[in-house]
Amino acid sequence: MYVAVKGGEKAIANAHRWLDEERRGPVKIKALSIDQIKGQMSLAVSRVMAEGSLYDPELAALAIKQSQGDLIEAIFLIRAYRTTLPRFGTSLPIDTDSMQCKRRISATFKDIPGGQILGPTFDYTHRLLNFKLLADGEVMEAVNQSPEPSSMPHILELLNNDGLIQQEKATSERPHDLTREPLTLPADRAVRLQALTRGDEGFLLGLGYSTQRGYARNHAFVGELRIGFVEVEMTIPELGFSIVIGRIEISECETVNQFQGSKTEPAQFTRGYGLVFGQQERKSIAMALVDRALRWKELGEDNLGAAAQDEEFVLYHCDNIQATGFVEHIKLPHYVDFQSELELVRKLRHDAAELEKASE
Amino acid sequence: MSNDYNFAYLDEQTKRMIRRGLLKSIAIPGYQVPFASREMPMPYGWGTGGVQVTSACLVPEDKIKVIDQGADDTTNAVSIRQFFEKTAKVETTTHTEKASLIQTRHRIPEHDLDENQILVYQVPIPEPLRFLEPRESETRKMHALTEYGLMHVKLYEDIAHHGHIATSYAYPVKVEGRYVMDPSPIPKFDNPKMSMCPALQLFGAGREQRLYAIPPYCEVISLDFEDHPFTRLKANAECELCSANNSYLDEVIIDDEGNRMFVCSDTHYCEARQADGHRGKRNRLDQEGYDATHI
Repeated sequence: MYVAVKGGEKAIANAHRWLDEERRGPVKIKALSIDQIKGQMSLAVSRVMAEGSLYDPELAALAIKQSQGDLIEAIFLIRAYRTTLPRFGTSLPIDTDSMQCKRRISATFKDIPGGQILGPTFDYTHRLLNFKLLADGEVMEAVNQSPEPSSMPHILELLNNDGLIQQEKATSERPHDLTREPLTLPADRAVRLQALTRGDEGFLLGLGYSTQRGYARNHAFVGELRIGFVEVEMTIPELGFSIVIGRIEISECETVNQFQGSKTEPAQFTRGYGLVFGQQERKSIAMALVDRALRWKELGEDNLGAAAQDEEFVLYHCDNIQATGFVEHIKLPHYVDFQSELELVRKLRHDAAELEKASE
Repeated sequence: MSNDYNFAYLDEQTKRMIRRGLLKSIAIPGYQVPFASREMPMPYGWGTGGVQVTSACLVPEDKIKVIDQGADDTTNAVSIRQFFEKTAKVETTTHTEKASLIQTRHRIPEHDLDENQILVYQVPIPEPLRFLEPRESETRKMHALTEYGLMHVKLYEDIAHHGHIATSYAYPVKVEGRYVMDPSPIPKFDNPKMSMCPALQLFGAGREQRLYAIPPYCEVISLDFEDHPFTRLKANAECELCSANNSYLDEVIIDDEGNRMFVCSDTHYCEARQADGHRGKRNRLDQEGYDATHI
């Protein structure tokens, strides 16, 4: 006997209660606090802030807690919240030269003014499970040493002084805002970088990797990678001057790429650029690789047909909130379309069978 | 929730931006207008375009109906209806003729619409040429130049291979003799209802950031060839609950032997017919212990 599916409302409400229970896990175990997530899962918090395009560690931690650790879901929560926020104005461009670096390395020069700082990195850790952490093992405190005050100029600027690296063009135009205006193509570099910095880490990682393996190969060195805090300044119209409104942690990567010159440009080095909220080294490097690959037209290089060179392909597919929504939407009811396909397939099979009968 | 958010969720500036886009789309029937789609609190691909259009059109006096696959009680329809109940506190209804605004996914109601109604479609891929040409930069050019040869070749190839045009839903149409338009994934059975429809038809694609429209009483023609005219397609059966033989039918598997029954996809249409005393073969009054009149 056919029983019509009804009661969608009740089913949804019950499903959400069940979800809430699963999220909480066994109640005998203490619930995670936002401070714990913020303090001990800070790299996850970084990712949620970056791809959610909202710098707020507390809300990012809340989103991680609410989403049971599903980071794309957490990013989604942040994005949906972000859209509802009023916009007061625009900050001045941040000055990464004056970053308080906790990590700063260059792969192109052995020693650099201001020094190389390894900082808190997974690099050179042996990836051995630390079983002490199973038993809440306490950690050794980090060695403290006050930094020698020194400026930390961007390394690639030193090449720039010699004219060996291609000049970035300054533009006075107000950059297009991806979250307030629809994407149009061709997109300028500012738009591309906006899309990449909030793009999916995994997607950019794969694309960046593909450029290293020969799909639009362009060998890159990390000219400089720096992670630390910068101040954000804003000009307040009533005051007539700018004031510091806060500090944000960012990761910045500049790659330097070999470039033999083209019809329009002399032989020189070129660069790719990655800038991401929080401590997100991998993402910033991948972003710089993809940024560089997307610049083929501007530098007069050939289009090799590689995915990472294809602006339309990259920009339309790097957003994980768009991607996850559309990929997952196929689990929604489609019985109407499916029914029409069913009728069509039946009709085609029927016709084919008739035809075969006739030819026998 | 309604205290924390603006009427119908979106802020007034955003609604204004969307309305401007809608006005442009009404002025150029079938043309896809880019708009700065917002991130909604529901996933892309789940009706964010339709929800934004509805939000921009709603006024407190509206009575709204939400359907998915023709039904008012499918989970996503329920979810979207609840969203507007919460954020706009508007009255909701399942009655097609009583609704002032109907948001739909994949169907056009069976009941004729009138001049006081707006039909809002949720659109996944607004570009009818997308599966022939993946690049937006190319397809925009093709529309600008009315260069629809590729589409006709595709339809022709279908006929050459299968003897029929092998598109059964999202069947392309031409609006007012100009733009080829994707009608959203409605079954092609519904296509003729779009033409000369007294209601305003609005289409919203959130993820793809596009709006388009069919103003009232526009000519909408399903693409075809003289010797292969467009035909509607539905299951060759009648509804087993209300005996309708002119409505679009869902095929429902009813037991583990794979037996099926056909039933109207438009739940309100089916209910209304049953209330009028129409009975299908599985729903005769003499059948004991079976009461499907509440479907």
